[in-house]
Amino acid sequence: MTSPLEQKKIKIAGPSVVTANRTWDGIVVYRTAAKSWSADLSEAAIVRNSDEAKALLAESVADDVGAIGPYIAPVQVGADGKIEPGNLREQIRRTGVTIGQSAQV
Amino acid sequence: MYAYDEIDRTLVNERVSEFRDQVKRRLSGELTEDEFKILRLQNGVYLQLHAYMFRVAIPYGTLATNQLRALAHVARKYDRGYGHFTTRQNIQFNWIKLAELPDALEDLAKVGIHAMQTSGNNMRNVTSDQWAGVAPGEIEDPRIWSELIRQHTTLHPEFSFLPRKFKIAITASDHDRAAIKIHDIGLKLIKDEKGETGFEVLVGGGLGRTPFIGKTIKHFVHGRDILSYIEAILRVYNQYGRRDNIYKARIKILVHELGIEKFSREVEEEWQQIRNSSLQIDDEVIEDIRSRFTYPAYEKLPHMPDELRQAAADADFEAWRKNSVAPHKVQGYSIVTISLKPIGKPPGDATAEQMDALADLADKYSFGEIRVGHEQNLALPHVAKRDLPALWKALDKLGLATPNVNLITDIIACPGLDYCSLANARSIPIAQELTRRFANHELANLIGRLHINISGCINACGHHHVGHIGILGVEKNGEEVYQITIGGRADEGAALGNLIGPGVKFDEVADVIEDVVEAYLALRERPEELFIDTVKRLGVEPFKERVYATR
Ligand code: HEM
Ligand code: SF4
Repeated sequence: MTSPLEQKKIKIAGPSVVTANRTWDGIVVYRTAAKSWSADLSEAAIVRNSDEAKALLAESVADDVGAIGPYIAPVQVGADGKIEPGNLREQIRRTGVTIGQSAQV
Repeated sequence: MYAYDEIDRTLVNERVSEFRDQVKRRLSGELTEDEFKILRLQNGVYLQLHAYMFRVAIPYGTLATNQLRALAHVARKYDRGYGHFTTRQNIQFNWIKLAELPDALEDLAKVGIHAMQTSGNNMRNVTSDQWAGVAPGEIEDPRIWSELIRQHTTLHPEFSFLPRKFKIAITASDHDRAAIKIHDIGLKLIKDEKGETGFEVLVGGGLGRTPFIGKTIKHFVHGRDILSYIEAILRVYNQYGRRDNIYKARIKILVHELGIEKFSREVEEEWQQIRNSSLQIDDEVIEDIRSRFTYPAYEKLPHMPDELRQAAADADFEAWRKNSVAPHKVQGYSIVTISLKPIGKPPGDATAEQMDALADLADKYSFGEIRVGHEQNLALPHVAKRDLPALWKALDKLGLATPNVNLITDIIACPGLDYCSLANARSIPIAQELTRRFANHELANLIGRLHINISGCINACGHHHVGHIGILGVEKNGEEVYQITIGGRADEGAALGNLIGPGVKFDEVADVIEDVVEAYLALRERPEELFIDTVKRLGVEPFKERVYATR
């Protein structure tokens, strides 16, 4: 397996975060500026250019015990600084399935 | 039911402790994810969008009630209270924590359930007809042969490091409920003119990016030679199969590239060298496996009991009976299909409560046995006809008596973008909306047999290519777009569907499907002409014209 760093040149089109799944339980997490992981998107470190993105990803990949499969994902940052996922996939990862779960019948 | 022997039990237990150790080393950082991935995949553990996913095998779709209760227990204790039955006689749990997985595996191992061969490039869970052993007119119980192949291939080196995953399905009836034509190897049990049992062998079926319908490679292979014949196929595959390109690594590509004639010649040559080896199966081996499958002590019961006669006055019961109850090979008994497709709910999901209650019902009414079919429904294989009314009432209370088996709301759908990390688009909400549109039972009945299959990406886990109506989600400029095909089928007449026009947006899919159905109702010659037959008679054009005329 190639590491995400080698895959291709990292280019980002706008504000982005690094997201992954926490190793011990698999939940969605975001890389924070404090070099740790948080389940809360509002705590994610925001990167705005390719070099920053690359550095954040490199540091995330290195923390393989903390979380797995890190990658760069787009976000939207509102005027009030509120961070929202940048696409449907990330929206679903953040808020959960869109279908109502069977367990909640 | 099937009783595992000591070797299997030991093997399953060893795998659990081995995995416990691997998880421990992973969590301590001793193993990296790269090193661990192959190990977790060997134990059915994937990573999805929100969490790990745990895939558990239900060999040839047969479950005992203690096994179903164990699955309910795993759903309740380690997951969010439900499980998802898949198209390959597996169940998936969507929210399992890695740290708790060894415990879940251990709890399942106690009842002989495991997750071996549910992922990775090996021989997968051999699937079979969910009506095996009870279907009228079947040649013999296909699970005997599924089990033989399972024993031979489990952890066998030749089958553990294949160029790609490998799937076998077996049927013993003329009507193919196991979808053998879309498997790498499909086996159909038949008898030759001397009355000897053997197989028609098909190879090279599969869906995904490059779909193919399997082709017959040999019309009759004697039962005693089936292992050597399968091995010959795998040797040819191992020799030529492409390991350089994941998209070209499946046997279907090899069969296509070599051509079925050349491929069968190669297999024949290989086979002649090994057929008289130790791979030839002794009758005792088959007899031993046969003796491990036990069948209920059926009673001698009337064909038409009073209970059934009386219940016939209840229209709701009759609607369910006509839809979900099928003839059994023993007089006085029936096979009951349990729809896991309630209106508005995700196809194939069952809650822990439903699984527990169903286990109780199976103990009471089906000699403690449950079956799992590739359509993501369950079945009770041995229900006395006199018990049907009582069973129906109980199922109805559990939300498990939707009378829609094989109808338009009996939708097969993959997890799609709600769960799957490979998805391009959502599948389940499309299925939910379609079931709401066609919720009216009279309408669904008027439409008749119609299979809709939905996949959220080209991997085709929802078998969209072979749906009478197939829906494939793709992504276009960041938006979900759905391509719609018609005319596919997965049974003995397997065929791939054809596109009816340009892709449509998420919100429009249900409207388009309604238009397709309206077109069918207008175009069919008589009410008995099934959707699939109208499409076959007329082709795609008349549908396309009607559906896209106003768009
Ligand atoms: C979310 C977890 C899943 C992942 C990551 C996944 C992944 C894949 C991939 C990559 C393939 C293509 C393999 C190939 O072409 O060689 C595939 C095929 C398949 N999957 Fe899944 N799948 C998932 C869930 C499911 C579910 C829930 C079902 C059943 C409802 C299913 C049933 C199948 C089947 C039947 C095929 C075979 C299609 C063929 O014949 O090529 N999968 N899956
Ligand atoms: S078809 Fe695609 S989206 Fe659906 S489960 Fe399979 S891999 Fe995931």
